[in-house]
Amino acid sequence: MSLLKYESQLREPLVDGDKDYHQVTEDICRPIEAKPGKLWYIGFAISVLLLLFGVYSVYREVTYGTGEWNLNKTVGWGWDITNFVWWIGIGHAGTLISAILLLFRQGWRTGVNRAAEAMTIFAVICAGQFPIFHMGRVWLAFFVLPYPNSRGPVWPNFASPLMWDVFAVSTYFTVSLLFWYSGLLPDLATLRDRARTKFRKMFYGFTSFGWTGSTKHWQRHESLSLVLAGISTPLVLSVHTIVSFDFATSIVPGWHTTIFPPYFVAGAIFSGFAMVQSLLIITRKVLNLEDYITVGHIEAMNKVIVLTGSIVGCAYLTELFVAWYGQNQYEWWAFKQNRLNLFSPYGWAYYGMMFCNVVSPQLFWSRKLRRNILFTFFMSVLINVGMWFERFVIIVTSIYRDYLPSAWSTYYSPSVWEIGFYLGTFGLFFTCYFLFAKFFPVIAVAEIKAILKTSGENYKKKMTDTEKKDADKFYIEEVERAPH
Amino acid sequence: MIKKFVVGCFDDEKVLFPAIKNVRKAGYKIHDVYTPFPVHGLDHALGIRETSLHTAGFIFGIIGTATALGCMGWIFTSDWPLNIGGKPHFPLPAFIPITFETTVLFASVGMVMTFCYLCQMMPGVKKHHFHPRATDDLFVMVIECTEKTNETEVTSFLQNNGAIEINVQEAETGWWFGRYDKQQKLYRHEEVGY
Repeated sequence: MSLLKYESQLREPLVDGDKDYHQVTEDICRPIEAKPGKLWYIGFAISVLLLLFGVYSVYREVTYGTGEWNLNKTVGWGWDITNFVWWIGIGHAGTLISAILLLFRQGWRTGVNRAAEAMTIFAVICAGQFPIFHMGRVWLAFFVLPYPNSRGPVWPNFASPLMWDVFAVSTYFTVSLLFWYSGLLPDLATLRDRARTKFRKMFYGFTSFGWTGSTKHWQRHESLSLVLAGISTPLVLSVHTIVSFDFATSIVPGWHTTIFPPYFVAGAIFSGFAMVQSLLIITRKVLNLEDYITVGHIEAMNKVIVLTGSIVGCAYLTELFVAWYGQNQYEWWAFKQNRLNLFSPYGWAYYGMMFCNVVSPQLFWSRKLRRNILFTFFMSVLINVGMWFERFVIIVTSIYRDYLPSAWSTYYSPSVWEIGFYLGTFGLFFTCYFLFAKFFPVIAVAEIKAILKTSGENYKKKMTDTEKKDADKFYIEEVERAPH
Repeated sequence: MIKKFVVGCFDDEKVLFPAIKNVRKAGYKIHDVYTPFPVHGLDHALGIRETSLHTAGFIFGIIGTATALGCMGWIFTSDWPLNIGGKPHFPLPAFIPITFETTVLFASVGMVMTFCYLCQMMPGVKKHHFHPRATDDLFVMVIECTEKTNETEVTSFLQNNGAIEINVQEAETGWWFGRYDKQQKLYRHEEVGY
């Protein structure tokens, strides 16, 4: 009985080096069991400092009100909502990788899905902070929840896109967390069974829920992952669609566009993959995981980036064309004067966005550049800057000039506490990520083992030999059988 | 319940599958096979039926849909009908996003909880682990001993079928709470009281 799926030799191995099952466990668990290096401590300290600065900024905002931010009469949504949409977008790659690529049977997802899912969860946590603190009286944030209350009961408006957002983001967070954690269980059990110290035995014993690796449990686990992937796929597409509804269902020129849902989803995947690249390029280096997150993985993600980047580019141009073709003078004004005009107050943001998101990713059509790690890292940062500009352009350039020209004079730029809040979410994100990389396996150990014998470098080499032998044997048999 | 088991460890799926076939043919009762990763076809080889976990997911999803539509409909038409810009009180298209999200939420939370219930998994749960390397690189076949089973016979049978490590263990099949690092102590009937 042949258990091994055949994989074409043209496909490059997903796991480099001479590995067996035990080696995979060793490679991935060693960084968790070893003391963290100097770089980890430095990075962690910087993250915590940023987080503390963010906490102070939020403290200012909560104590003195949203006046601490430079929002003004027309720009009611400034950096905060920009950052919300930006973080939510970043949070799309994880579930995309783990759900959609699972359904598409993409083997390379196994190397990157765990870290990407963790990144998703942290990004959604960061995103959630912005609308919550934008409420001003944050202690009343629970008013958005529909529960029988003593105020009437007054219910939230379920027909409002902002209410849809509450449901979409909280559901997305919950489902991503469940998906991530159910995948982690077997790997935590691996760590538990290797544990030597008392703390580790207790911690991993507790977190692995008593996983044994029973065949029946694996069968259920597989079914669970598949169904969760199936329902996360429309979910991940719905979340940014609903975020785009916040804008698209309004009648503000520049926001009132039917193209927003697909355009936002493509942009989200684009920025999410860029963030995955930035994180994994560092992670693989620091934790010595180059054999598992190979250049092939990076190239595959760059292909997704060039695809989604091009979709985003098409959307920008379509939006522009329709603004002109639609013959609505207000819509066209928003595009022509507030965005296209380089010398308008925010013209720089529009052209920055165009350069970072549309022009620069086109370089990834070159295979050489797709496989260049340093270049990829640089590009991934550039893309995330560009995607931040995109959200800023959409939000601020649509509202900083309303129908009343006398209100135009105020140029919106963030206050130090607004910037501090944004930096603080970076601190939160990286603090979480550093802790994750220290205590949890950043690569799905069990999933790597499952693909090892089809896609591991040493096994692929062996397969080439047997293949050749079989082919020779077949040829000889056929020749002998043939009538002379 | 405490039972006696013969534990055979294999390090290759290629050896494991024929061994399972032979063990089942010989009439021994396989308690379970513990593997470090999902080995495809193992459930069929052991004769385990398909899981119906996805049906549970479907039922939970339907409950979610009904809950969302029911609640929103009741709130907007009967409990506190608000006039929002003169729009209808039951705007179905505007209810779709929340209905969809609630469906997904119920389906996934329900499924994960069902999964944990079926597998008897929970934080802090302690189970007997037949081999610490079952989560690392070994495929651990556990054969249950009945009154008729001859342990030495099973041991040599497994040896002939390519097991690299064989031992006999007395173990608790259920689960219990407790710290993970405690000395392996079996919960005997009299201690628990059943």
